[in-house]
Amino acid sequence: MSTQQSRSAAKVMLAPAVVLLMAWMLVPLSMTLYFSFKKYLPLRGGDLGWVGFDNYTRFVSSSSFWPAIGTTLLIVGGVLFITVTLGILFSLLLNQPFWGQGIVRIMFIAPFFVMPTVSGLVWKNMFMDPVNGFFAHLSRAFGSEPIQWLSQESILSLTIILSWQWLPFATLILLTAIQSLDSEQIEAAEMDGARLLGRFWFIIIPHLARAITIVILIQTIFLLAIFAEIFVTTAGAFGTKTLTYLIFQRVLESQNVGLGSAGGVYAIILANIIAIFLMRIVGKNLSD
Amino acid sequence: MSHIHLKDVSKKFGDTEVIPPLNLEIKDGEFVVFVGPSGCGKSTLLRLIAGLEDVSSGRILINGEDATEVSPAKRKLAMVFQSYALYPHMTVRKNIAFPLRMAGLSSTEQGKKVEDAAKVLNLSEYLDRKPGQLSGGQRQRVAIGRAIVREPQAFLFDEPLSNLDAALRVGMRVEISELHKRLATTMIYVTHDQIEAMTMADKIVVLQNGRIEQVGTPLDLYRSPLNVFVAGFIGSPKMNIIEGPQASKYKSASIGIRPEHIAISDSTGTWKGTIGVSEQLGSDTFFHVKCEFQDQSITVRAIGGLELAYGQTVFLTPEKEHLHRFDKDGLRIK
Amino acid sequence: MARASSKRSKIINSLIAWTLGLIIFFPILWIIILSFKTEGDAIRSPIAVVISNWTFDNYFVVQDRSDYFKHFYNSVFIALGSTFLGILIAVPASWSMAFVPSKRTRGILLWMLSTKMLPAVGVLYPIYILFIALGILDSRIGLVVVLMLMNLPIIVWMLYTYFREIPEEILEASRMDGAGLREEILFVLAPMALPGIASTVLLNIILAWNEAFWTLNLTAAKAAPLTAFIASYSSPEGLFYAKLSAASVMAIAPILIMGWFSQKQLVRGLTFGAVK
Repeated sequence: MSTQQSRSAAKVMLAPAVVLLMAWMLVPLSMTLYFSFKKYLPLRGGDLGWVGFDNYTRFVSSSSFWPAIGTTLLIVGGVLFITVTLGILFSLLLNQPFWGQGIVRIMFIAPFFVMPTVSGLVWKNMFMDPVNGFFAHLSRAFGSEPIQWLSQESILSLTIILSWQWLPFATLILLTAIQSLDSEQIEAAEMDGARLLGRFWFIIIPHLARAITIVILIQTIFLLAIFAEIFVTTAGAFGTKTLTYLIFQRVLESQNVGLGSAGGVYAIILANIIAIFLMRIVGKNLSD
Repeated sequence: MSHIHLKDVSKKFGDTEVIPPLNLEIKDGEFVVFVGPSGCGKSTLLRLIAGLEDVSSGRILINGEDATEVSPAKRKLAMVFQSYALYPHMTVRKNIAFPLRMAGLSSTEQGKKVEDAAKVLNLSEYLDRKPGQLSGGQRQRVAIGRAIVREPQAFLFDEPLSNLDAALRVGMRVEISELHKRLATTMIYVTHDQIEAMTMADKIVVLQNGRIEQVGTPLDLYRSPLNVFVAGFIGSPKMNIIEGPQASKYKSASIGIRPEHIAISDSTGTWKGTIGVSEQLGSDTFFHVKCEFQDQSITVRAIGGLELAYGQTVFLTPEKEHLHRFDKDGLRIK
Repeated sequence: MARASSKRSKIINSLIAWTLGLIIFFPILWIIILSFKTEGDAIRSPIAVVISNWTFDNYFVVQDRSDYFKHFYNSVFIALGSTFLGILIAVPASWSMAFVPSKRTRGILLWMLSTKMLPAVGVLYPIYILFIALGILDSRIGLVVVLMLMNLPIIVWMLYTYFREIPEEILEASRMDGAGLREEILFVLAPMALPGIASTVLLNIILAWNEAFWTLNLTAAKAAPLTAFIASYSSPEGLFYAKLSAASVMAIAPILIMGWFSQKQLVRGLTFGAVK
């Protein structure tokens, strides 16, 4: 339908969404940019004038910056590795015929629906607590000393919690992608003499490549922004301060808004770099 | 009573002109077929008449009244779509009744008309099913039923048979033709299949690149195609087109001869060639004959059951009175 | 495809799948069990926990001590409110982009998506002081607006992909059948779009219910939804495992049930239609 009348109606219908999102994006973003060039301490003197790129250099040269980057990379990388690898295996498994598929699938997906604060606290207390946690009981039953999960193995602990939360997402998407694989393709490969491993490498993995990329990109964007899981478990202690958490602390806890805003701008740039790749893939899909 | 007149109608999508200005008159009660290869603009032309697309310039008159700015809902035309476009959430009964409901008819009137249409189209048993539960042919009938109940000024068909299998297609072709004879309402039918065009049309409009190449009765087009394109498009198997010295002998840039207008002999004839593939249809035999003056083999239609060996030398003689001559622009030489 | 080994492989597959499924599901199962135990029993060794007595007390204690239903109500209000508002704005927008596409449609869609990628922490302070200036800090309305804006791109995208699947020819058929714009939307488009809108609503409620950045940072006692209420257990006093379990079970149960109904839509929504 492309008559004049419908086209002008379409513009009117699109306008509210565009205007709202434009405001949602531009207003806070320009404020963050504004603050990032100021020395601004709301509790200690307020607006102390323009400082140029001072905040940007100070944010990067502060002693917590590189550890935060390191923590972020370790956690994001670890969770991606675990969820994608296990996700592929689990989706292959769930795609096989077995009894009780419906129930098993629900069990696999359930963690995704658990709110971040619940999963953070449940893991922290009921499982990783060195005295009363499930793992501590288990260790003692085998006669070994319980691990101080969240203080001594803090990054590993967070990686486990986040992987548990995101594994369903990866599994579900990869399973959907596998189900769209033409079974004749597998049969053709069998006729051509490909064994199980060959079929996996040459047919299934290439077929999944796009879905895997999407899983990685979307998870990266969400994982870079994780907050609640850290907030309720370690509150940034024991070397679990990610970039997001560092910025949060600068802005709201120590109320150094200028410095925090500069960090925010870095985070926005980082997210945008990943977003560009994601949008390419999604955009390609649009023109199909 | 409906007479459709297109005056200097053109259509542009952005900067590309898909239909240059054209004129066309469709008389009351006529069965007109738009035919042409895919992308020739035949569907666009139909959609312009339907009002589903705006014309870029020109005017569309329906019964002498300017309908150019009238919305599709108010043109009183009915359309049968290629995908049938049935409403998936409504039963067959509701699908057929939909235009009547839109026209504000009472439900008893709706019910009666739907029952009548269903009887004609053999759909009575299926009235309470949803489109998803019907076969392709049945869906096609529902789409036609939805079109006929409202007694439109004219019917528009957009490649309605292209999703049916071959056997069903022949049957539906006859049914639509019968419908036209019975209702005597103007019908405009779009297809890429020249056999559908030849068998159903009162008048055929051959289109290429948005331009009208020729308008005429099926036999007009068969007997005297105005140019090489129409000559090649109408008729099956295709007319043989021969260029070069063999054409010059007839004082033309190219000559055309239909397979059924060539005599084949093993001793004498105008052109010498060797038998390639032969296709036995039982009623006819088609030979693809290789001649040295042409890369493309020449198709010859012979009586059924005639057997000639692959590679055998034969002689072909075109019937002079059925020879079509074309000039260097591809136009017919009278 | 009938093969001799198929029965045996189905048994093996079932065993592996059930074992892994139970491991993945175990943390949820465990808090369900703990929620029915006394605080004293809840910290004992796993076997002792399972064989100890069962009790419903925790569910009542959570309500009595911390006014659980107030927070539950806040969660419902915020999730439903932001979803309803989002749908209201997104339906016309997606409809127009799906059925009257222009040269800019693709660009607008991708731009909308890019706003979703903006890290929330980057704009935390501006939103925070804007909320103070507008007097909506720690208010349900404020969260409704923020969560609506946050999820609007996903809603628009999901609806767009659903609308795109409605064949244009059917809408054209209704126009040929004499339907005006109003009838077209009412009798043809709406019934066909309804399943898509329903699953969009479902996914968006889930996302809003579980959102835990803005709800933690923009609420205090008054408007705190369940995400923020549960977070208050991070600095507990005394024994609290059973109570935390009960509160957690109540907080995730509604969404778990909704989530089971929306597995397919979840994939489409979270991948912006790139995987279906």
